[in-house]
Amino acid sequence: MGRNLYQKVWDDHVVRQLDNGQYQLFIALHLIHEVTSPQAFGMLADKKLKVAYPARTFATVDHIIPTDNQSRPLADDMAEKMIQVLSDATSEHGIEYFPPSSGAQGIVHVVGPELGLTQPGMTICCGDSHTSTHGAFGCIALGIGTSQVRDVLASQTLAMDPLKVRRITVTGKLATGVTAKDVILHIIATLGVNGGVGFAYEYAGPVIENMTMEERMTVCNMSIEGGARCGYINPDETTFEFLRGRERVPSGSDFDQALTRWKGYASDVDAEFDDEVIIDGSRIAPTVTWGVTPGQAISIEGSVPDPEAVSGLDRDLINDALGYMKLKANQPIKGTRINVAFIGSCTNGRLSDFRAVAGLLNGHRIADHVRAIAVPGSEKVDAAARAEGLPEIFEAAGFEWRLPGCSMCLAMNPDKLVGDEVCASSSNRNFQGRQGSPTGRTILMSPIMVAAAAIRGEVADAREVFGLEEIAS
Amino acid sequence: MTGIPIDKINGRAVYVAGNDIDTDRIIPARYLKCVTFDELGPALFYDVRFNEDGTSRNHVLDRPEYAGAEILISDNNFGCGSSREHAPQAIGKFGFKAIIAGSFAEIFHGNCTTLGIPCVVMAQEQRERLAQLLAQDPTLDLTIDLAARQVTCANMIFPVTMKDSVRDAFLAATYDPLDNLLTGREAIDATAERLGYA
Repeated sequence: MGRNLYQKVWDDHVVRQLDNGQYQLFIALHLIHEVTSPQAFGMLADKKLKVAYPARTFATVDHIIPTDNQSRPLADDMAEKMIQVLSDATSEHGIEYFPPSSGAQGIVHVVGPELGLTQPGMTICCGDSHTSTHGAFGCIALGIGTSQVRDVLASQTLAMDPLKVRRITVTGKLATGVTAKDVILHIIATLGVNGGVGFAYEYAGPVIENMTMEERMTVCNMSIEGGARCGYINPDETTFEFLRGRERVPSGSDFDQALTRWKGYASDVDAEFDDEVIIDGSRIAPTVTWGVTPGQAISIEGSVPDPEAVSGLDRDLINDALGYMKLKANQPIKGTRINVAFIGSCTNGRLSDFRAVAGLLNGHRIADHVRAIAVPGSEKVDAAARAEGLPEIFEAAGFEWRLPGCSMCLAMNPDKLVGDEVCASSSNRNFQGRQGSPTGRTILMSPIMVAAAAIRGEVADAREVFGLEEIAS
Repeated sequence: MTGIPIDKINGRAVYVAGNDIDTDRIIPARYLKCVTFDELGPALFYDVRFNEDGTSRNHVLDRPEYAGAEILISDNNFGCGSSREHAPQAIGKFGFKAIIAGSFAEIFHGNCTTLGIPCVVMAQEQRERLAQLLAQDPTLDLTIDLAARQVTCANMIFPVTMKDSVRDAFLAATYDPLDNLLTGREAIDATAERLGYA
C-alpha cells in the first residue's frame, strides 16, 4: 500500500519514539519573528541552553513593524524593544536575520517561500499558526507555541503525535472572478472551523493542480482556520518551476538531485487517507464572511443566516455573531457598508494579489468614505510591484501603498480599525477585535472583492463592479 | 523530569460559555507586546470583560461568586485561531489550573499541555449538567482525576476524555518534553546527517 505525502515526510523526519508514546520529529526549517520568539530565547537562557542547529533557523520582523514609518527607533517603545531582543538573540546565537531594509524582510510566510528556504518534503515550524502556508510546497508545516519554539531552538525537534490525513479534492473548474481565497473560505464554511481537528488536509484535484504557487499558498494558509493543524499540496512541475533559480534553492546538478527527492514525496496513487471530501469547484462563488469566525461565510449572492433555523449553542453562536457584526438575520450580505479596505497579509499579500487588483482598478476610484491600504507582504514583493508600477495604479484609485508587514491583519502595529468600523479585508481572521478595535468588524474576502468593496463603499460582487465576463469553456 | 506529576486538580470552577472562543478573544493582540509572559493575567478575556473606557461589563470571570476559581469550563473548539502561547499563559497567570471543554483547538491544547495545564474533554450534556450545578452553587468544589478520567462534583461523576500520551505525560511529569527531547542528541544528529540537514 502506498503512502501519502504526510506519512512520507513524517517517516523521514522521525528521530525516535518517546517514552510517552509521542514521536520526536526533526524540524528541517524553523522560522522566527519578534512576537512569539523572543521569550523562547529567555527560556533557553534560564536553562543555559544553546541553539542546536542555528543554520536551520531564520528570523525576520513582521507583526509589530509599522507600515508607514519604519525608521528606528520605532515610535512604540515596546515594539522597538521586541525587535531589539530578537536582533540581539539572533546575533548571539548565530541565526540569520532579515531586518527591515535588508531587501529580504517581510511577513515570515511570504519570505520563506520567496527566498526558496521552503522546499518540498520539509518539516517546517514557526511560532505562528499560519505556518500552514508552507504546506503549498508539499511540507508538513506547523504553527507552534513559544515553549515549542524553545524546544526547536534547543533540540531542532518537537514532540508530536501523528495526525490523520483528509484529502479534499476540488473538482471542475473555477468560474471567472472566483479565486483561491474563495475556494478556501468555501471549504472552511463547508467543513466547519473545527472540522479539521486531528487532521492534516491534503488539497487535491484539478482546481488545486491548476493553481499557481501563490494561489496554493493562499489555500494552505487558512488550513488552520478550518481547525486542521496543517495543510499541503503535492509538489509538481508548478512547484519545481517556482523554486528553480531562487536564492536558497540548490542549482545545477544539485537542483536535479533535489528534484528527484522532491518528486518522491508526493502522495502515491494508491495512498490511503483517513477521510475523503469532494468539493465541486465549479459551484464555488465569490465568498465573504458575515460573522466572527472564518467559517461563517456565504456566497456574495447569499443572505445572513437566521438563528431561528437552528438551536442550542449553534443559535447562540449566530446570535452572538449577528449582534457583534450589527447585521440582521436574512439580510443580503451584498450592500453592507464598509469603512476600510485592506489588501495584504500572509494570505493575500503577494505579487499576484496586487497584480490581479491593479489589472482591474484602471479608471476606478474608491468611495469617498472608505480608507484603503495596500500592504505588500515583503520587501521583495514591494520591489517587484514597484518595478511594474503597481503602487501608482493603487494610489491613483485612492489606496495608500504601504511598507511591508502584517499590518491590519492583526493590528499589533499602528494599522487598526477605529470603533465599530467595518473592514473589507483580504486577511485570514474575522474574530471579534481582531483588527485592533474591540468593536471593529471584519469581512473576509479575496483581494479583487476588497477592491470592489472599496470602490462601491459597500460589500459588492467583483464580477459586477469590474464587468468580468464568464468565459465560455 | 521537568515538572511535578499532575494527577488531580481540585478547586472551584467557572463556566465561560460559547463555541469557537478564539485566542484573540482570550488575549487581545495588543497584550502580545511583551518580552516575558509575566504580566498577562489581568489581560485575560480583556475585551469581553471591560468596555473601552475600562468599566466592567460584569463578565462571569469578574463576578464575586466566581473569584478564585481554578478550573475553567467552556464549549467546543476552545482556543482556536492564533498559536500565541500568551493565551494559555494568561489563563495560567489568572489562576486557572485546568480547562474542561467540549473540544480544543490543537495548537492551544499543545501549548497548555507543555505549560502543565490539563485540558480535558467533556460531552455537552455533562457540561450542561455541571454548569447547572455551578450556577446553583458557585462554591462547589470540583476534582478532575486524570488517572480515572473523571470529574467529581457534589458526589456526582462526570466522565472526561484525554489522549493517552497526554494523560501519561501529566502523570509522569513529562508534559514539558524538553528534557526528554534533549536526551536524544545522538539520534537527532544522526537524523540530520541522514536527511542532509547537518
